[in-house]
Amino acid sequence: MMQVSNTIKTLLQLLILCFSLQSFAVSDTVPEGAVSSKEQVDEYILHHLKDSHDFHLFSYTADSGERKHVGFPLPVILWSSNGLATFMSSEFHHDDNGRVIVEKNGSKFVKLHSKIYELDAGASSVNFDEEHHATNAHKVLDFSITKSVVGVLLVGLLMLLAFSSLAKQYGKKKIPTGFGRVLEPLVLYVRDEIARPNIGEKHYRKFTGYLLTVFFFIWVLNLLGLTPFGFNVTGQIAVTACLAIFTLIIYTVSGNKDYWMHILWMPGVPVFVKPILAIIELAGAFIIKPFSLLVRLFANISAGHIVVMSLIAIMFTLKESLGVAGATGLSLVLSFFITLIEVLVAFLQAYIFTALSALFIGMAVAEHDHDHEHDDSGHEVADTEDVRADFI
Amino acid sequence: MEVLLNDFSPGLFIVQTILLLGLIFLMVKFAWKPILNSLNEREAGIEEALAAADKARTDMQNLQADNEKMLQEARAEREGMLKEAREIKEKMIADSKEQAKIEGDKMLKQAQSAIESEKKAAVADIKSQVAELSVAIAEKVLKEDLSSNDKQLKLVDSMLSDIKLN
Repeated sequence: MMQVSNTIKTLLQLLILCFSLQSFAVSDTVPEGAVSSKEQVDEYILHHLKDSHDFHLFSYTADSGERKHVGFPLPVILWSSNGLATFMSSEFHHDDNGRVIVEKNGSKFVKLHSKIYELDAGASSVNFDEEHHATNAHKVLDFSITKSVVGVLLVGLLMLLAFSSLAKQYGKKKIPTGFGRVLEPLVLYVRDEIARPNIGEKHYRKFTGYLLTVFFFIWVLNLLGLTPFGFNVTGQIAVTACLAIFTLIIYTVSGNKDYWMHILWMPGVPVFVKPILAIIELAGAFIIKPFSLLVRLFANISAGHIVVMSLIAIMFTLKESLGVAGATGLSLVLSFFITLIEVLVAFLQAYIFTALSALFIGMAVAEHDHDHEHDDSGHEVADTEDVRADFI
Repeated sequence: MEVLLNDFSPGLFIVQTILLLGLIFLMVKFAWKPILNSLNEREAGIEEALAAADKARTDMQNLQADNEKMLQEARAEREGMLKEAREIKEKMIADSKEQAKIEGDKMLKQAQSAIESEKKAAVADIKSQVAELSVAIAEKVLKEDLSSNDKQLKLVDSMLSDIKLN
């Protein structure tokens, strides 16, 4: 009981912290005169959803009328046609439209819509077609320490610090104190509510480490996305794809004979149905399951960011019809409640991703020592496991 | 879909893969393994303690049952001893009563025989006294008057009747 109330208290404090910063962010990241029209708001939101090469905190218009950006540059690491090229993102001077050309290692780079392109040999500036696509430049493999990578590193570091200190506490005492008392029930929750029931008593130990890592990784990154630092790590499709593929690899590698049997040559169905089922099952195992994982997380978090930012933007877009005070008030009230929901979603998505990963692993390692019940005509009666699988 | 694919950054994917692998490895090594081991140990400890408490309770119950049994045995023994003692007592009383009776009989017989002998002695004594008396009477009679027959006869008669009375 004590632990639960502690957790709730911490969550509440976190929540309050988020809001105080969120409202602070409204006035800072969307300064007047820079982002005020609907088109600018749309562009700003879309820009935010993308990964960025520098850590931008806020912008303002100086007295001289010049736009000033406050933040810090991040290292850009590229694998171009002429080999490795590294430089700081400040060399682009906040340009995102392909105007500033950076020359490194004999290659010319431009940044266009948050992506870095290498100009084709001989070209000296970017040419665009009607849809604003570059015609004489191509993408390069971009290993930059982007804002998302910073977020991942930050969360990784936080997790390591928090949980290794919890691990150390157990050396001295049986029951952790302080922050460890908040973390322990969370670890127990993942182990007892996600790993154990979905994977089964016999195999869950092997996979608990992965599930715990993924759960806290996603959860903390989701929460970090609600702070005004503007991280959108779990809204990057590359990140969610990576997570989903990890789960895919784990359940594919640890799948037992029964699992492959049920995929490739489903028992208990007529022979001519078996190849058809095998195709469906293979598609399910290798495409649908990981795709559902990666899209669910990506879409939920992206949608959350879009909604929160759109509601904040009401402050500008409805200024004419509602007046400054009305628009600001409406914006604050709506974004307050949506952010509350987003805090819930942050946890929920981490839970769903982890629980589904556990379920997929559980289906791969399940031992079919129980015979499926057969009805009179020899057809399998769906047991709970099959029914559960149908919902995914 | 095209936008999604365009947004997908292979570089970020590779970096994230490396970082996640590293994170999983480090977390398992430095956090999850020790934490889960300690939790399991603690849970096992709790289970053990509960089992030990259970065992102690059953032991206690057994001990109590043993005590009860012993108590009952002791009680039964005491009862037995008391009964035996009572029997011995009764027997002793009976024995001594019989002894006393025999002794009494014996004493009675002795007393009777003593009385008999005393009586004989007394009768003998009386006989001798009677003889002496008769002799004395005879002397007196002889001395007094042996003149008349009548008187003599009367005297003899009265004397004889006296003797008969004895």
